[in-house]
Amino acid sequence: MNENVVNPEIRNLKDFFYFIRKELRPKGKIFTPFNIISFPIILLGAALVIIRLLKGLGSVTNLSQEFPWGIWIGFDVMVGVAFAGGAYILTFVVYILRQEKYHPVVRATVLNGFLAYVFYAGAIFLDLGRWWNIVNPIIGNKFGVNSVLFLVSWHFLLYMISLFIEFSPTIAEWLGLKRIRRILTTLTIGAVIFGIALSTLHQSGLGALFLMAKDKIHPLWYTEFIPVLFFVSSVFAGLSMVIFEGTISHKVFSNQIDPEHHESFNQILIGLGKGCAGALFVYFFMKILILIHSKQWTLLATPMGTWYLIEVIGLVLLPCMLFFHGVRYQNLTVIKMAAIITMLGVIINRLNYSIIAYKWYVPLSQRYIPSWMEIVITLAIIFTEVWVFRWIVNRMPVLRESPEWVYEEKTLPKEIIIRKEVPKWKASVM
Amino acid sequence: MEINRRSFLKIFGIGMAGAFSGGLLLPKNSVGVTKNVEPEFYGILVDTTRCVGCRSCEAACAEANHLPIPDISDQSVFEKERKTSTTQWTVVNRYETEKGEVFVKRQCMHCNQPGCVAACLVKAMEKRKEGPVTWDTNCMGCRYCMPSCPFEIPKFEFQSANPKIQKCNMCWERLKKGEKPACVEACPEGALFFGLRREIIHEANRRIYQKPNDYFPHIYGEHEVGGTGYLYISKVPFEQIGFRTDLGTTPYPEFTKGFLYSVPLVLLLWPSFLIGVNALTKREEHKGGRIK
Repeated sequence: MNENVVNPEIRNLKDFFYFIRKELRPKGKIFTPFNIISFPIILLGAALVIIRLLKGLGSVTNLSQEFPWGIWIGFDVMVGVAFAGGAYILTFVVYILRQEKYHPVVRATVLNGFLAYVFYAGAIFLDLGRWWNIVNPIIGNKFGVNSVLFLVSWHFLLYMISLFIEFSPTIAEWLGLKRIRRILTTLTIGAVIFGIALSTLHQSGLGALFLMAKDKIHPLWYTEFIPVLFFVSSVFAGLSMVIFEGTISHKVFSNQIDPEHHESFNQILIGLGKGCAGALFVYFFMKILILIHSKQWTLLATPMGTWYLIEVIGLVLLPCMLFFHGVRYQNLTVIKMAAIITMLGVIINRLNYSIIAYKWYVPLSQRYIPSWMEIVITLAIIFTEVWVFRWIVNRMPVLRESPEWVYEEKTLPKEIIIRKEVPKWKASVM
Repeated sequence: MEINRRSFLKIFGIGMAGAFSGGLLLPKNSVGVTKNVEPEFYGILVDTTRCVGCRSCEAACAEANHLPIPDISDQSVFEKERKTSTTQWTVVNRYETEKGEVFVKRQCMHCNQPGCVAACLVKAMEKRKEGPVTWDTNCMGCRYCMPSCPFEIPKFEFQSANPKIQKCNMCWERLKKGEKPACVEACPEGALFFGLRREIIHEANRRIYQKPNDYFPHIYGEHEVGGTGYLYISKVPFEQIGFRTDLGTTPYPEFTKGFLYSVPLVLLLWPSFLIGVNALTKREEHKGGRIK
C-alpha cells in the first residue's frame, strides 16, 4: 500500500478538495471476509438506530424501570472508555517520561483512543432518551455541578479535544501542511498533560457514578473506593487493548511498517506486559484489602461470591501471573493471551457494576438481558469504528513513518544545537 | 532547566487552563452537597393505621396530574405488590402482616437531600423550597436519577420518542397556590397529614406516644437517607410493609462528595506534577533519542 501513499502538494482550496476526493475512494480489496460480515451489520444497525430515534428506547432495547442502564452504558461506554485508557498511559510514558521505545505505538493508540471516545462515548447519544438536550450541560441549561455525570460529560468533551490535538500533527502530515503541523506539534505536550489529568478524573468518575447505587450493588462490589478501582483498572485495560490492537494492526497493516519497527514491536509488547502485570497486581492487592476491611468474606460462600472469585482470581490474578511469566521468559504468546483474559476481566467487571451485580436480588426472569437489537447496534458501532480506523491508517502516517519533510525540518535545528550558535528556545522541539 | 519565554508561556498557559477548569468543574455549590437542608419545608405524614385502601388518593392524583384515571373499585390490584409507574405516581398496596391487613400508599419520598437531584447533570431534578422534588424538561434522559434513588421512584417513558421522567411532585403547582396536594385533600380517613416537616414529626410522635400499643415506635423517613418529606408510621415493623430498612441514615449525595471534592485538587496538582516530571526528563531528549 505504500505505493498509494501520496505526498500532496496542497496550494489552494481546489487542490485540497481534489486530494480529499481522491483519498475518499476505497483502497485495497473491497470483498474481504471482514467487510462482508461487517457491512450488513452496520446497515442493520443504522436502520435500528432510526427506529430507536423515532419510536423511543423501548422499541429496540430491553431496558426497564428496574434496569434503566443496559449494555449501551455498561459495555459501550464503561468498557469502551476503559479500553481507550491506553491513550493517556502511553502519552504519559512517551511525552512525560520520554520512553522513546514506545513512540512507534503512540499514534495508533491515540487514534484508537480518540475514535473510542467518539464512537463508544458517542453511544451515550443513542442511550439518551432526550438526546436533543445533550448540549444542555455544556451550554448551561443548567449546570448540575454537584453531579458526577456533569463532570464526566465535560471531561469527555474536553478529553476528545485533547486527543484530537494530540493526533492532529498526523493529519497535517497527511495533508502536507508544514506550517500548521509545526504549530500543532507545539500544542501536543499541553494536550497530553491536560488529557492525563482529565483521564484520571473521568476514568474514576465512571466508577463514581455507581456510588449512589449503594443499596443496589452487591456488597462485594460496592465500596467507597470504586473510583480508585476504576482508575487502576483503566491502566491495565488500556495497556491490554494496546497489546491486542497493536498485534492485530501489525498483522493487518504489516506492509506499512518498516522492518526495524517490526523488531522493536516485540520489545514494546514485553514492556507493555510488564506495565500490565504491575497494574494488575496493584489492583488485585487493592481488591483484597477492600475485601478484608469490609469484613464481608462470609458472602464469598454465596453464588455471587463464586462469581466474585471468578472475576478476582480468574480474570485478575491469573492474567497478572501470566503477564509476569510472559515478561520473565520473553514469551509473546503468553503476553497476548494474558491481554485477552485481562480485557475479558474488564468487560465482566464493568458489566458487574452496571448489570450483573446490580440488583443481584432481582430474580433472573425479571432481569435485564440485552435484546438482539441492542447487540447489533453495539456491533455496528464497533465495526464502524474499525472501518474509520482502517481508513485513517491506510491514508495517514499512523503506523508508517512520517513523510520525509518532517525529518528534514527537524534535522535543521538539531545541527544547530551541536554548533551551539542559536539560543536554546529555538531548538526546543516538543 | 532554564525558564525562557516560550516555556514560561507554555507553563503559564497550562497552569491557567488548569486553574480555570479547576474552578469551572469544581463542585461550586459544594456546600450544596453538605449543607443540612433546614427541614422547614412541607411534608406529608402517612398514618398506615388509618388507611383503608380506598385508593381515592390514586384517583385524585391522576386527575390533578392529567394521568389516566384508575378504576378504584377494582380490588384485584391488591393481589400483588405494585410499584409506581409512568402513569401512576402513587399506588396503594395491601400487605398481610402479623397484625392483619395494612394498606400503604407509596410515591416519591421527597428526600431532604435527594440522590436524584445530586445525580442530575442539568438540574432537571430539583428540590424546591416548598419541599417537593420536581422534574423539568431540560432533562437529557440519561436516567442517572434512577439508579441514584434509594426508593427507585423516577420512572422513565421507555416507549416514547419524547420521553419524560414521571414521578410525584407533591402537587407543586397546587402548593404554590397555597393548596394542599390532591391526595391529601382526597383522603376520606385522614390518613394523610400535610404540614411543615417539623410539625408532622411532632404529630407522628404525638400519635405514637398517645397510643403506644397501636404503633411500632419508629417514624420511617425521619432519619432514613438523611430524612424524607414523606413520613410513615405503622403498627408493624416497616420491612413487613414493603419498606427497605437497610438504607442507612446517610443522605445519598454524601456518597459522591469525597470524589467531587478531589476533582479540583487533581485538576490543579496533577498537571503541575506532570509538568515537573516533563521538565526533569527533558535533558535526555537532546542527548539521544530520535524525536518523532
